[in-house]
Amino acid sequence: AKTQGALVGRLDSLLSGRRVDDELLDDLEELLITADFGMATTGDVIQALRGRVARGEMSPAALRTALREELRERLKLEAGALDLNQAQPFVIMVVGVNGVGKTTTIGKLARQFTAQGKRVVLGAGDTFRAAAAEQLAIWGERAGVEVIRHGEGADPAAVAFDAAKATLARKADVLILDTAGRLHTKVNLMEEMKKIRRVLGREIPGAPHETLLVLDATTGQNALIQARLFKEAVEVSGIALTKLDGTAKGGMVVAIGAELGLPVRYVGIGEGVDDLRPFDPDLFVDALFRES
Amino acid sequence: MLDNLTEKFDSIFKKLRGHGRLTEENIKEALREVRLVLLEADVNFKVVKDFVEAVRERAVGQDVLKSLTPAQQVIKVVRDELGRLMGEGEDNRLDFGGRPPVAVMLCGLQGAGKTTSCGKLALKLRRDKRNPLLVPADVYRPAAIDQLKTVGRQLDIPVYDSQPDQDPVAICEAARRFAELNGYDTLILDTAGRLHIDATLMGELVRIKESLAPKEILLVADAMTGQDAVNVAASFDEQLSLTGVILTKLDGDARGGAALSIRAVTGKPIKLVGLGEKMDALEVFHPDRMAQRILGMGDVLSLIEKA
Ligand SMILES: Nc1nc2c(ncn2[C@@H]2O[C@H](COP(=O)(O)OP(=O)(O)OP(=O)(O)O)[C@@H](O)[C@H]2O)c(=O)[nH]1
Ligand SMILES: Nc1nc2c(ncn2[C@@H]2O[C@H](COP(=O)(O)OP(=O)(O)OP(=O)(O)O)[C@@H](O)[C@H]2O)c(=O)[nH]1
Ligand SMILES: [Mg+2]
Ligand SMILES: [Mg+2]
Repeated sequence: AKTQGALVGRLDSLLSGRRVDDELLDDLEELLITADFGMATTGDVIQALRGRVARGEMSPAALRTALREELRERLKLEAGALDLNQAQPFVIMVVGVNGVGKTTTIGKLARQFTAQGKRVVLGAGDTFRAAAAEQLAIWGERAGVEVIRHGEGADPAAVAFDAAKATLARKADVLILDTAGRLHTKVNLMEEMKKIRRVLGREIPGAPHETLLVLDATTGQNALIQARLFKEAVEVSGIALTKLDGTAKGGMVVAIGAELGLPVRYVGIGEGVDDLRPFDPDLFVDALFRES
Repeated sequence: MLDNLTEKFDSIFKKLRGHGRLTEENIKEALREVRLVLLEADVNFKVVKDFVEAVRERAVGQDVLKSLTPAQQVIKVVRDELGRLMGEGEDNRLDFGGRPPVAVMLCGLQGAGKTTSCGKLALKLRRDKRNPLLVPADVYRPAAIDQLKTVGRQLDIPVYDSQPDQDPVAICEAARRFAELNGYDTLILDTAGRLHIDATLMGELVRIKESLAPKEILLVADAMTGQDAVNVAASFDEQLSLTGVILTKLDGDARGGAALSIRAVTGKPIKLVGLGEKMDALEVFHPDRMAQRILGMGDVLSLIEKA
């Protein structure tokens, strides 16, 4: 997307013609902080690099490689994209705080899955926000998939129930359930989500097979708390990181990977139906050093 | 967090208690803690740097007061400086002066809370005995117009009847004529979410501004925003000359360092805060409360204020 143009690496300009010394490590620290890595991870990574530097002469190029290794190690690379063949039907529940991009990501996913030849059903589990179901319905049209919806103010667990029934009745391959945005601090809303989850599991064995937490790349340190509490409540199994087409770097996913072991599965890079990509840790790390 | 900072400060200043003055040397460690606390609250790196410098300048050379411990004294400097930066004592009321209909434009990144804030603002204005018209000028996001119309229906506040195939500038202009004819005194323009680096869409906002001359151009910003808040705010301000900010989603547990960052880079006041999804969850901004929140401080501050 739009940031792709500026390829002059911040790290490159940082490293070129310089010695690897304390001052350089300080600059690197700044770079990590401003990419929202958080203080703990930044301190941790810098300390690891200091250790490596102390063990011997290090060229700027070697430092770059070392940094990449340190970051990649924390990003939990082993988990890749979703394997929809694990279950029939495969059920995805999408959760997250307000406005991060849940509904949009569902629209994009529906399109990708249908393109792979899957039959997809969407459940409009956000019955709270004004016109949330209409929004999902439009995405359903774009992707050419059916959307199960109830009226405004309906019980989202009832939507989940009907969506699961419809998925079985249509012999669909994938059900993606949208949920209302909620802050992780709202106890009753977190309980509501657990109930939705139980309903899915009762109707379809093993469901949800994936609980996808959507995080906004512009979010700072609060993203870690979000991930922690959503994981506690509904056993989040993966992350979609949205809005990476802006100038924010989304560095918090590194702390989340390190602490919670949650893999980033997808990144959102725009508002269009095709603006969803599998997460590529190399590209992610490279983008950190891109001039914004 | 507060206890944390006070405790840390207390142990840092143990030796200084009751005598001497604050020197560069003896506040150094305390400043390091301040820096950490602010960075952990998501205050922008550069803003933190300037802030710590300002605190150093004000603290160094002060006599240690009898009524406060040195720890409390530094915290007081930090807190005062933060309050000043957050615009304490400044007028942050909305300005609706001029010939009606007066326009208010809300803008910001995707998902920040613009549409919701438009509804909240309309409700607030009606309670202030104004007669607002909501104007859906987001023709891009699926069902954005529907969303605002639904909000308007819930509040029983009229919404201009726009369609997704219209041009946003044309919508706003037509809405103004409609308001003139029907006696609405305030237009609340709900614009589409956009990236500050999206030249085309930013240009659209500039055109709306030129045509409607809004009295208020408010950036709607999410309190959970991290380091990028400065880039976003500076860029919107540069292109549109903001008159203020609405900080949303403060009902969560985010420390809200974005507030300080935005304020510092734009110098524009935060006028309102969003404290929930419901339509009455909009309040005026209190710089002092925000300063305490960023520092993670509670009641001890009010104790210090009395000292
Ligand atoms: N630039 C950009 N915008 C995005 C991306 N993903 C979503 N958005 C936009 O972000 C805004 C919010 O997206 P939604 O999908 O409605 O978010 P949500 O999490 O469902 O929101 P709630 O249901 O209200 O909690 C919309 O304007 C989307 O177009 C992305 O990857 N990049
Ligand atoms: N908890 C909480 N949620 C809020 C607040 N303000 C808005 N929201 C929620 O945030 C989400 C996004 O709000 P919108 O008003 O649709 O945001 P927007 O900026 O208009 O989004 P786009 O038009 O897609 O750019 C919705 O789920 C709102 O209910 C707030 O102060 N607190
Ligand atoms: Mg949604
Ligand atoms: Mg909107």
